[in-house]
Amino acid sequence: MCMSKTLLSLVVVLALLLGASPLALADYPCEDPLGCVELAPDDPIVIGAMLVMSGAVNYLGEDSLGGIELALLAREHTLLGRDIELDVQDSLCTAEGGQAAAQRLAADPIIVGAIGTNCSSAAQGAMPIISDAGMVMIAPSNTSPSLTNADVASGGSHVPGYFRTSQNGLIEGEFAAAFAVQALGARSLATVHDGDPYTEGLSCAIADTFTELGGTVIFEGAVNKGDTDMASILTEIAVNPPDVIYLPLFEPEVNFFAAQMQHIAGLEDSIILGGGASFTASFPENTGDAAVGIYVSGPFASGAAYEDLLARWHEEYGDAPPSGYHAHAYDATNLLLAALERVAIAREDGGIVFGRQAIRDALAATEDFPGITGRLTCLDESPFAGDCSPGTALAIFAITEAEVYEDNWPPPVAWSVASDSATDSG
Amino acid sequence: MFKWKTDEFSWVDFTIDVLRVLIVLGIVIGAWNTLSSGRISFAQWVNLFIAGLSQGSIYALIALGYTLVYGILLMINFAHGEVFMAGAFSTVFLAEALNRTGFLNEQPVLAILLMIAFAGLVSMSVAILLERIAYRPLRGSPRLVPLITAIGASFFLQYTFRGLYGSGFKAYPQVRALQGVIQIGDVNIPIVQIFVFCSALLLMLGLYWLVERTRVGKAMRAVSENKEVARLMGIDIDWVILFTFGVGGFLAGAAGVINGMFRPQGVNFFMGFIPGIKAFTAAVLGGIGNIPGAMLGGLFLGVIEAIGPNLVLAGLGIPGANQLKDVIAFTMLVLVLIFRPQGILGERLSEAKA
Repeated sequence: MCMSKTLLSLVVVLALLLGASPLALADYPCEDPLGCVELAPDDPIVIGAMLVMSGAVNYLGEDSLGGIELALLAREHTLLGRDIELDVQDSLCTAEGGQAAAQRLAADPIIVGAIGTNCSSAAQGAMPIISDAGMVMIAPSNTSPSLTNADVASGGSHVPGYFRTSQNGLIEGEFAAAFAVQALGARSLATVHDGDPYTEGLSCAIADTFTELGGTVIFEGAVNKGDTDMASILTEIAVNPPDVIYLPLFEPEVNFFAAQMQHIAGLEDSIILGGGASFTASFPENTGDAAVGIYVSGPFASGAAYEDLLARWHEEYGDAPPSGYHAHAYDATNLLLAALERVAIAREDGGIVFGRQAIRDALAATEDFPGITGRLTCLDESPFAGDCSPGTALAIFAITEAEVYEDNWPPPVAWSVASDSATDSG
Repeated sequence: MFKWKTDEFSWVDFTIDVLRVLIVLGIVIGAWNTLSSGRISFAQWVNLFIAGLSQGSIYALIALGYTLVYGILLMINFAHGEVFMAGAFSTVFLAEALNRTGFLNEQPVLAILLMIAFAGLVSMSVAILLERIAYRPLRGSPRLVPLITAIGASFFLQYTFRGLYGSGFKAYPQVRALQGVIQIGDVNIPIVQIFVFCSALLLMLGLYWLVERTRVGKAMRAVSENKEVARLMGIDIDWVILFTFGVGGFLAGAAGVINGMFRPQGVNFFMGFIPGIKAFTAAVLGGIGNIPGAMLGGLFLGVIEAIGPNLVLAGLGIPGANQLKDVIAFTMLVLVLIFRPQGILGERLSEAKA
């Protein structure tokens, strides 16, 4: 009797010990092929961000970070009843920067996914690491067509786990070509890139569509990052002056090019059409009077939801957003949070488990998601694998003043998706 | 020239001679193809040449700092590009203030002189501090030690100024008096390019007068010739070296403002790196340690960079010719070093100096 009482006590004690031990928490066997993120009852949900926080284009990072923070703030920084934390890493605007940021995030097993990167070059460095770690990344401002193209032979670099809410450069290129031909009446085009996957992708995209629309591409050239003297390439272009020069360069090369073009005989009538990289208030400010008359393609969100987002931005930061991709970052964050909500498995002890493949599958299954930039559907077929943007939040802006003040940025819209569609239907 | 014909045959000499012939042939064929095609008009060539002269004037002003320091200490101050950046970056804020008050456009001459004086003082201070803190304690060490220190100082200065002024790009405001062009026949010459060339020339002449015609210049030449003898003659060589760094720094700061008038955009903490490398190349081209050599080297490099891609590379059918302008510049450096190792105006250095 005494013996059986002792045995019973032992069994009870063992059961209590096992119940309290971490082993006992594993009441959900992770069967996800890419592994799971397991959170104890008090653990926060941690989201990574790979943004350009320093260097010449850090305004892109600040813009996206604002969008992410506003999305989290809208949920009062909670998801599934627990706190959401943000781990921001500086991915710079280079492949090396993206690689370093991705390595830091991939080393943390509780990060459920990442928003970023801003630059396509940084994405090229980050994507293989994020993909190998079984994670997901949703880019708010990458546009290079190569990032969603899985065909390595044609220059593609897409890997599973990569998504973006910004529009594919192929769409932006088509849009810019339509503007050049239909709105400006251009018959000849010159393109200038700087070897970056973003600028090169856009240049190729506009050149293809411009040719399809009956125009002639008479010059395809490039400058080096860091070049200050553009007289040589401008003289080469002036040998056969084009109607439009497509210039998707970053600052400061785009400033140097536009400013020095004023001094080149033969290019007086050529019109510069810039890409999203020059869609920043510092572009006209740093270029001066030469910026007036330049058209710039860039992100363009509209509607009541976007106005509400802008109002919240002003309330939170007291200033205008420094670029136009904050709405895409806002949507990217909501996409990730919605996917997490769908795949979360609650454990009996109050913990949560997220399967990494399940997160990818949930994102890939996104269909008609109501975002600020439109209704988002994530595609899975190359060359649009991982593209979630509806491609409608896009416009061409006309820079009419060199000086930027509170009410004149962003500049007036000269052409939007609505104009493009109207022309098509007309 | 063709040593392998007269002396014992050497594959190295043979290869160098073949290289010489190929480079010269390439230049001649490329230039002939371009000029005979008439693709680029005479007015465009003149424009490129003048733009090159202006860019070269800025290289020359920076190169003088390299050559002065090398002449006196036989060290290459790789942080000199950052001395240029310090003046240019600091003065952009003064320029913005002068523009906001309207003084820049009402009194352009005074405003530009004020900016040059300010930038010169900032750069001079940085150069003097650099010499006093980083280089003087290492005087007498093996030559590799101050060289590595200079590279470290270069990074230190870059990130100090990034911390001070941020990592974004700034731009100099445009001076209305420098806008516009002067038309001579078919050629339109931008006024700003004439300003750049003339102001740089004035500064270079000023330096030449300082070195050749003043007592302190004589002391600089004496220290450059032989420090120990100069010390025995009663020259305070520490002061002369400090003065030399200060003069080089002032010229770099002035170059920063002149560059800001010429290429107003792209002012940031990293802006000194490429001009620094180019100016060093210019100093070597002209003959390092030689003041007129640095001036000539800078102008030569600027012009070659401006006309080389269109003249030679495009003529050879090389795609993306303008992307290779650095290749042209450094090929010229290699050529000069092959044909004339002491540089265009340099003299062969004695064993003691070399």
